[in-house]
Amino acid sequence: MNLDDVQRIAHLSRLELSQAEAEAVLPQLQAIFSLVEEMQAVDTSGLEPLAHPILFLRDLAQPLRVDEVSESDHRKENMKSAPAQLEGYFLVPRVIE
Amino acid sequence: MSWHNTPISLMAKALAAKEVSSTELTQYFLDRIEAGKQWNAYLDVNAHLSLEQASKADKLIFAGKAGKLTGIPVAHKDVFVTRGWKSTAASKILAGYQSPFDATVVANLGIPDESNPYGAGMVCLGKTNMDEFAMGSSNENSAYGPVLNPWNAAHVAGGSSGGSAAAVAAGLAPIATGTDTGGSIRQPSAFCGLTGIKPSYGRVSRYGMIAYASSLDQAGPMGKSAEDCALVLSAMSSHDQRDSTSLADSGEDYGRYLNQSWQEGSANSAKPLESLRIGLPKEFFAEGLASDVAKSVNEAAKTLESLGAKLVEVSLPKTKLSIPVYYVLAPAEASSNLSRFDGVRYGHRASEYKDLGDMYQKSRTEGFGAEVKRRILIGTYVLCHGYYDAYYLQAQKIRRIIAADFQAAFKECDVILGPVAPDVAWRLGEKSKDPVQMYLEDIYTLSTNLAGLPAMSAPCGFNTNSLPIGMQLIGNYFSEARLLQVAHQYQKATDWHLRQASGVA
Repeated sequence: MNLDDVQRIAHLSRLELSQAEAEAVLPQLQAIFSLVEEMQAVDTSGLEPLAHPILFLRDLAQPLRVDEVSESDHRKENMKSAPAQLEGYFLVPRVIE
Repeated sequence: MSWHNTPISLMAKALAAKEVSSTELTQYFLDRIEAGKQWNAYLDVNAHLSLEQASKADKLIFAGKAGKLTGIPVAHKDVFVTRGWKSTAASKILAGYQSPFDATVVANLGIPDESNPYGAGMVCLGKTNMDEFAMGSSNENSAYGPVLNPWNAAHVAGGSSGGSAAAVAAGLAPIATGTDTGGSIRQPSAFCGLTGIKPSYGRVSRYGMIAYASSLDQAGPMGKSAEDCALVLSAMSSHDQRDSTSLADSGEDYGRYLNQSWQEGSANSAKPLESLRIGLPKEFFAEGLASDVAKSVNEAAKTLESLGAKLVEVSLPKTKLSIPVYYVLAPAEASSNLSRFDGVRYGHRASEYKDLGDMYQKSRTEGFGAEVKRRILIGTYVLCHGYYDAYYLQAQKIRRIIAADFQAAFKECDVILGPVAPDVAWRLGEKSKDPVQMYLEDIYTLSTNLAGLPAMSAPCGFNTNSLPIGMQLIGNYFSEARLLQVAHQYQKATDWHLRQASGVA
């Protein structure tokens, strides 16, 4: 991992890192990934990845419910924490010129 | 009456006998919270709201409609969204956030009403401090300052549920909720001399729990005894259609075995744990474990043996690997979960930006703290094309080995015993500069989250500096009631859980 990698993943993460911040975080990430490298020595051939613990015990079908309206209108409460809004819509900077 | 030293089972009796009202109890704890601000245990307190709930609880008691927990105050970790109180997950990005709904845990424990007929009737005292988005092992990653350990204010309270731990240890709440993704209930409980339980994955609804790593997150209680935890866990746990991994078979009386002997029908009251096999994983007692912690946990094993249990050595060979596996999977899930914070629908939005992309980027950069950013970066990296198989999938495959290793161990024993953490609470600032150093502290707690097993922490001694030491009990899937039984029998034979921090009046 190098500084370019750090800036690339920062961009993918929608985070800004100054040159100084990237230089500070690089050795930390390198240390973490040298720990992570220990995983490569484990033979996992033939093993299925385990996405969550319940799958270790049983098959868990995605729970389904009847396609009926079960919630009432909470628009007013849901808009209360919006950083910017207009007439019940979330406002964002212009996307299409 | 010193209510902060009173087990909640006795509080419930006093409430039922009308010796005290919920309003009086609530005011008592609100006064203590006001006088105990130095621990930085709470992020939001609203006396008016708490007393309003207490008055409703008193009406229920008066009307004869009280349940076991009606009127007893509880503090909620700030990771649970709560109507009325701010819900921030100790992050700047959610500063001032007001949730339009209650987390299922908050509703299950809260005052019953038309929309929530099964609420247990507990009164919310406020929201407790934590590591930002539950990412941390010392509660030093909170955007609102670290929590101090009530046993020694120069030391950390543990994390990520450090505020809940300090609140109970300092007598600012009789019991509190926490969440545990890699040890965040058990480790702060151990560091603050408390009893805390992380149930099996799927037992407690994650709805309204601000997500960190969804396949690992589980909520549970942190209190002064196994008995108190059993009472509150029974009310917290339920099947919830709003959580796709909530189990249909959750919801039971976790206290049903507390006063029974391990072997049903056994009448040997001096040996209540007869025929219980306790496994000691040799990897949990290897290099890296502080000698005073090892000594206390070994003494606890001897005590359990004197109660009739049989000690056997077991092996969990991938214990060390649980650290890299966890620090791949948890950040991967976190990077995905935290993508919802974009400054559009809620949370912080930067004041200046060029366009939509710049708004996302600046809002997130300003809103997240250093550790959260670090984990998002790690998570993004391991999910990248080209690294996905080597890191993310490989970690998920080793996760399966770790889960299978536990099943092999449970062929030899019924319950696993070990330390919660390699050492006691460290000094503030001691490990915060080196993230890897901090991650290594989670070695004994991570594997149970990866496997989804229930595990708990209970006090078992002190080191030479009078800092609490915790032992960890790990059970097989859905054996919470059995873990609590073992811990309760231990607590009947010992008094570590009754000790009070000397700095707490």
